[in-house]
Amino acid sequence: MSIFIDKETRLVVQGITGRDGSFHSKQMIEYGTNVVAGVTPGKGGQTFEGTVPIFNTVAEAVSKTGANTAVIYVPPAGAAGAIYEAADAGVRLVVCITEGVPVMDMTKVMPYVRERGVRLIGPNCPGLISPGASKVGIIPGNICAPGRVGIVSRSGTLTYEIVNHLTKNGIGQSSCVGIGGDPIIGTNFIDVLGAFNDDPGTEVIVMMGEIGGTDEQNAAAFVKSKVRKPVVGFIAGQTAPKGRRMGHAGAIISGSSGTAGEKIAAFAAAGIGVMKRPIDVVELVRARLKQ
Amino acid sequence: MNLHEYQGRALFKAAGVPMPDGDVASTPSEAESIARRLGGTVVVKAQVHVGGRGKAGGVKLAKSPAEAAEAAERILGMSIKGLVVQKVLVVPAADIANEAYVGLIMDRDSQRPVFMVSPAGGIDIEEVAEKTPDKIRRLAVDPRYGLLPHQALGLALFLYPDIARARAAARIMEQLYTVFTTNGCSLAEINPLVTTPDGKVMALDAKVIIDDNELDRRPDLALLRDDTAEEPSEVAARRANLTFIKLSGNVGCVVNGAGLAMATMDLVKYYGGEPANFLDIGGSSNPEKVVNALRIITSDPAVKAILFNIFGGITRTDDVANGIVTATRQFKVEVPIVIRLTGTNEAEAFRILKDVGMTALSDMDEAVRQVVALVGAAA
Repeated sequence: MSIFIDKETRLVVQGITGRDGSFHSKQMIEYGTNVVAGVTPGKGGQTFEGTVPIFNTVAEAVSKTGANTAVIYVPPAGAAGAIYEAADAGVRLVVCITEGVPVMDMTKVMPYVRERGVRLIGPNCPGLISPGASKVGIIPGNICAPGRVGIVSRSGTLTYEIVNHLTKNGIGQSSCVGIGGDPIIGTNFIDVLGAFNDDPGTEVIVMMGEIGGTDEQNAAAFVKSKVRKPVVGFIAGQTAPKGRRMGHAGAIISGSSGTAGEKIAAFAAAGIGVMKRPIDVVELVRARLKQ
Repeated sequence: MNLHEYQGRALFKAAGVPMPDGDVASTPSEAESIARRLGGTVVVKAQVHVGGRGKAGGVKLAKSPAEAAEAAERILGMSIKGLVVQKVLVVPAADIANEAYVGLIMDRDSQRPVFMVSPAGGIDIEEVAEKTPDKIRRLAVDPRYGLLPHQALGLALFLYPDIARARAAARIMEQLYTVFTTNGCSLAEINPLVTTPDGKVMALDAKVIIDDNELDRRPDLALLRDDTAEEPSEVAARRANLTFIKLSGNVGCVVNGAGLAMATMDLVKYYGGEPANFLDIGGSSNPEKVVNALRIITSDPAVKAILFNIFGGITRTDDVANGIVTATRQFKVEVPIVIRLTGTNEAEAFRILKDVGMTALSDMDEAVRQVVALVGAAA
C-alpha cells in the first residue's frame, strides 16, 4: 500500500521535451510509472521516445489520455502558470519539481488549487515514490524497496541518504514524499502524516525536517494528538548560523525562531524518536516495526 | 537579498510613501553638499547590512555641512560587524512626536503577506512580540484582493486614535503593500513610522528584503545587489552558481543538496569537528562546479581538511570525481581531502580516483570520522 501515487497513477509530464523533463521522464518510464502524456506547447502531435503522445495543453492531454496526476519540470518563470493549468485541467495531484519559483506567485497559487480540490506537492521538491508501483519526480528508484515505512522530508539528497540506510538493512518503504524546501509549499508535514496514518500499508513514519519556520513544530503537535503510528524524526541544521538561507529558500532561522534545537525539543515532547545521525534511522525504525 | 536603506527608500518613494528628503554619499564632500542642500541638522547613517548601526557608532548627528563631512569621514571605511561602510545616507534630523512600527512579512503559516503593526516603534520588534504581545496587531492579507481600505484603517487606528493621522498611516500601509507585492519582497519594514509635532506621518527608515527567486525576472532589482557588502568568498561562490556560506570552523565541506549539506555539517560537529562552511554544489553534475568549489574552500586559510559528501542521484559521482582530479591538476590542494561517494556511477568514480592514487569511501559516518581525525592531528 502507499499514499498519493500507485499503479492507478496516470501521469502527464509538463515540460517533457526540456532537458530535465526528458531525462526524468525516461527514468520514470523505466521505473514502471504509467506516463500517459507529455505537454509542450507547440509540439502537440509529436511523441516522446516514440511512445508517449505530446499535447499542446494539459486539458487536451487529460481529455485524450485520462491522466490523473501532473508533474512539472518547467523553468521557474513558467512554474506558477503550469500549476494553474494543471489544476484547471482536472488532475487531482500536481507535483512541481521546479526550484526557484517566486514566493509571491505561490501566495496566489495556493488558494487556486485549494478551491479546486487539487493536491499540490512542492515546489522545489524531489517528488515522491511508492516503491514497486510508481515514481513521480526525481527520487532514484534503485535505492528504494517496497515495505511498510512511510517517509516524508523537506530535502532531496538527505532523504536518499536515509532511504538508502533503510533499504540496505532490509527495511522497505510504503511511500517516500519530498514536500520541498520552499517557504510556501502545497503539501506540508501534517498533510503527509495524516495520509500515512490512514494508510494500512504504513506501520512506521520517518519525518525529516530542517531549520526555518514552524512546520515541524506544528507536525509534532499533530503527531501527539492524532497519529497512532510510531514516528521517527531528524532535523538538519543544528550548526546553521542565524539569518542565513541554507540553500533551501525556506531553511533560514529568522530572529530566534525556527532553530534546530526548538524543533528537536518539539519532536521529543511529542514522543517522536529523534535521530542524532542519519544512520540512527535503522535502529530507531527497526525497534518500532512489528516483527 | 537585503537592500540598503537608501535603496529601500527609493522603492518606498516610488510608491509614494512620505519620507524626509535626503541622499546617499560615498565621500565626505558629497555628504557635505547634501547637508548644505538640506539645511539644518542632519543625520549621517552608515549603509551596511547589519543591525545595531547606532550602537556601533555608524549613525551620527551633524549640525552643519562641515560636521556632516566630518561625520562621513569617520563613518566611511569604518568596519561594523566585519563589514566595511562604503556609503552613508544623509537625511534631515526629524522632529519626532511619536514612533510606531509597521512591517509586512511573507508568512509561511498563513501562506500570505502579513502586516505587523505596533505603537511601540523604534525598537526591536521581536522583543516587543515577546514581552508585550498585546502591543502588536497582525493581519494576513489575501493577495487576490490586496489590502482592503477598512483593513488598512483598522491597523492604522491601532497606532493612532486621531483619525487624521490614522488616515495618513492607512495610506502609507497601502503604499507599503504595493512596494511589497510589486517588488517580490519577503520583508518590507518601516521602523520607525513617525508623527511630527505638526501632525505629519512619515517613514524614517526603510528595510527591504527581496525574495531571491524574484531576481531572475527582475534584472532591475538584481542590479541593486551590493557585492562589497558580502563575504568575498560568498560572492565568488554565487558567481560560480554555488550556494556557499562561510562559517568559523576548519573542516571544509562539499556536498550535493542543501539538506544533506546541513546534515553533513551537523555530523562533523557530532564527531567533534567544526565545519568551515556550508556548500551545496546543486543537483546538476558539472565537473567545473567541483573545481570552483575546491578553489573557494582552499582559499580559506582556516581550512585544515576537506570533506566531500556526494549522494549521486541526478548528480553523477563520476563527474564529481573528474572535477576533483581536474582541480588538483589546476592548483595545489595543500590540505588532505576525504571523499565519500555513493550512488549514480560510483564504480566509475572510484576507478577515476584510484587511477590518480586517491581513494574514496562509501559511508558518510566513516568519512566524517576520518576528516575530523585528520583535523585533530593537524591541530
